[in-house]
Amino acid sequence: MISVTLNGETLEFDLDPDTPLLWVLRDHLGLTGTKYGCGEGECGACIVHLDDKPVNACITPLSEASGRSVKTIEGLSPDGRHPLQLAWIIEEVPQCGYCQSGQLMTAAALLATHPRPTDAQIETAMSEVICRCGSYNRIRRAILRASNPEAQNG
Amino acid sequence: MADSDAQLRLSRRALLRVAAASGGGLALGILFPAQAETSAPDQPQQDDGPETLAPNAWIRIHRDGGIQLVVARSEMGQGVTTSLAMLLAEELEVGLDQIRVEQAPVDAAYINHLLGEQATGESTSIRDAWLVLREAGAVARQLLITAAAAIWSVPESRCEARRGVIHLLDDQRSLSYAELAATAAKLPLPALPALKPSGTWSLIGTTQRRIDAPDKVLGAARFGLDVRLPEMLYASIARCDLIGGHITNWRENATRAIPGVLNVFAVRYGIAVIAESSWAALRGRETLEITTRPSTNLAADTQRIRNRLRIALKGRAAVAYKKGDVSAALNASPHQIESIYEVPFQAHACMEPMNCTADVRRDHCDLYVPTQSQARARATAQRITGLPADRIAVHTTFLGNGFERRREQDFIVDAVELSKELKRPVQVIWTREDDLRHDFFRPMSLHRLRGGIDAEGRLTAWFHRVAGPSVLARIAPDQITNGVDPFMMAGATDLPYSVAHRRVEYRRADTPVPIGLWPGGGQGHNIFATECFLDELAHIAGKDPLQLRRDHLTDRPRLLNLLNRAAEEADWDNPPAPGRGRGIALMEAFGSLIAAIAEVSIEETKVRVRRVICAVDCGQAVNPEIVRAQIESGIAFGLTSALKGEITLTKGRVDQSTLRDYPLLKANEMPDVTIHLVKSDAEPGGVSGLASPLMAPAVANALFSLTGEPVRSLPIRLG
Repeated sequence: MISVTLNGETLEFDLDPDTPLLWVLRDHLGLTGTKYGCGEGECGACIVHLDDKPVNACITPLSEASGRSVKTIEGLSPDGRHPLQLAWIIEEVPQCGYCQSGQLMTAAALLATHPRPTDAQIETAMSEVICRCGSYNRIRRAILRASNPEAQNG
Repeated sequence: MADSDAQLRLSRRALLRVAAASGGGLALGILFPAQAETSAPDQPQQDDGPETLAPNAWIRIHRDGGIQLVVARSEMGQGVTTSLAMLLAEELEVGLDQIRVEQAPVDAAYINHLLGEQATGESTSIRDAWLVLREAGAVARQLLITAAAAIWSVPESRCEARRGVIHLLDDQRSLSYAELAATAAKLPLPALPALKPSGTWSLIGTTQRRIDAPDKVLGAARFGLDVRLPEMLYASIARCDLIGGHITNWRENATRAIPGVLNVFAVRYGIAVIAESSWAALRGRETLEITTRPSTNLAADTQRIRNRLRIALKGRAAVAYKKGDVSAALNASPHQIESIYEVPFQAHACMEPMNCTADVRRDHCDLYVPTQSQARARATAQRITGLPADRIAVHTTFLGNGFERRREQDFIVDAVELSKELKRPVQVIWTREDDLRHDFFRPMSLHRLRGGIDAEGRLTAWFHRVAGPSVLARIAPDQITNGVDPFMMAGATDLPYSVAHRRVEYRRADTPVPIGLWPGGGQGHNIFATECFLDELAHIAGKDPLQLRRDHLTDRPRLLNLLNRAAEEADWDNPPAPGRGRGIALMEAFGSLIAAIAEVSIEETKVRVRRVICAVDCGQAVNPEIVRAQIESGIAFGLTSALKGEITLTKGRVDQSTLRDYPLLKANEMPDVTIHLVKSDAEPGGVSGLASPLMAPAVANALFSLTGEPVRSLPIRLG
């Protein structure tokens, strides 16, 4: 049995420890907000938090999450009103939306370590997640908005 | 059968609850399982009883106050859910906060008249819907007004529709649409009412927040791969990775030993691994040992293809456009040059790999699929299952990109075949490798251009030969006339610049590589060639590339205006900062016009695009912020194809299989973007993919100005 704290709830898994976290979430828990894009940690669509750090769930085996805490887009906020989620809507970030969970989780991890990130910090962190719709400039604006309490409600 | 149906229904209700709970006030209507709850699969979700006002295929006003709008185009990021709902809501006189949007089933009412079928693509949605949807909204509004006037026994002129309510003017009385629905539903359809004059619009031309955004920031939006049905199986198919080759043998012992793998068998496109989970299917497929036999035709090799296209640049060709006498004019020109441009095969690389979920039963079939072509999806299922069309339902999910790739049917064939065989719902998952290797690629093309300039530096002669395979020969052969494939020639035949002597030719040279449509159309390859060649001509003539373009756009005032706007914004008259170069490109397509200026620098050995300025005239912008987002999207897509991607083939095999060898534009490579939307009351044009074709030539021209070396092939490489 592998024990993982997922979005605040402790769960026990009787699964092959090599199963990538991505498929544990999607196949076994029905948490489909975390997306499959490449399976090789190249695109970032599957980024979740492992002990508050962004990781590519597609190349993170379940065993690595044992005894640790995992947060997915479904657990980013209790009510869908994380400052980034609000800023994302105001800045009209999502287009097709497929990569957006990965973008939001990456941005949330960035803000957790750098509450007022510089442009360079944003660029470095966000270059881990590909957006084929090219929403990058809106993502930057949304992160700046979310990190500035005075701008949050637009 | 009965049991499983009951189970299915239960789970669908559960899914609906999830979707409604996550929607936050405004539930988004891509509730894919909903349609199947009614007995007839192709009917809209709720029963249109006598008390529901359902005057046409797009509007349902229920007595309980629910207002449903049906969107018949696929949402793949272009914002079509929001902008089409705006057209309906504008004339219906409701706010976007008062409606629910549903994805349409397959029905003749939903044909896209610009594509001739129920499909989404080629930047057609707004142009097709512009009149139709506003008229649909106006008819419903008129019925509600007539109903209210009858109830109050007043002339209709005293009734005014506002935010879902009919108000009696100079009176306190009002009736909501819900209260009027049953009465209005009994009325005969009116003659077509007048559409609202543009001055009275409350939605069109305003930025309304995207309807799909709330679900997309919650991770709650359902894409094709997110479909979950009771008893659903997962499948991965190992395809033969040799173009034209065959799988001759395979060993499945290791595969069958993997927990969760249920079955392995051959299907039309390869060897299918069936499993209880996505992961077991993918892992099982990895362990298959496959023996292949190459095609006897070894021509699927980039070097061989290039040689073949080079030969096609000479000799006979079909004439796509002819004016004056180009040969004579070229000979008479004091300056004449010839250049050859090359555009490679490229992959669409949608973020969501191809997939489809099919549930084939004895007497009906449900498809849950991110498709751009509902009509073709149904026809595909019909062909494989033998079921009549009215027993096949297509439930369109969100699309994690479309890029015209999802007009194709291969992934639908996979799922329908498997579900038919297994008699259970099956979700087919393509891997990234499948997606990159088994695409219908952007066609490779070569371009030979010749141009002549007179002593005053004016263009006198223009020759352009396109050599490449025909995309429409497979997709729409009836569109090929006199040997000219209009997709391959778009942007070349209709060169916007006036030149006294001009000849444009197409030489079809098919390549043994699957090819398909590309966002931005054939303009993607042709505008690269024409706009780069124009800068080469300007260079020979010693003329400013901006001025040369202006000189030949005098009879195209809308385009000239845009060019001037872009130049002004880029401060073209003053030189760029040291180390930077600027390049121009422009085009007219999909009923819209666009001019772009790219500013680039070279960092170490890499091209860095610093800034892109676009001036856009798309007629009436229905939702300006969505238009801007679409232009940004086209810039990112266009820069990827200008700077990054190239699909090459060696002895029949695609060389690229991962995002490491087929990289896509990342955040640190996205330029600053400035977009000027020109105000216009012309009919709306398309904006999807509009900026994309301009990126390669604008960046190439900027580099040419910086280095003095013309760029003639993509992706752009230095040195």
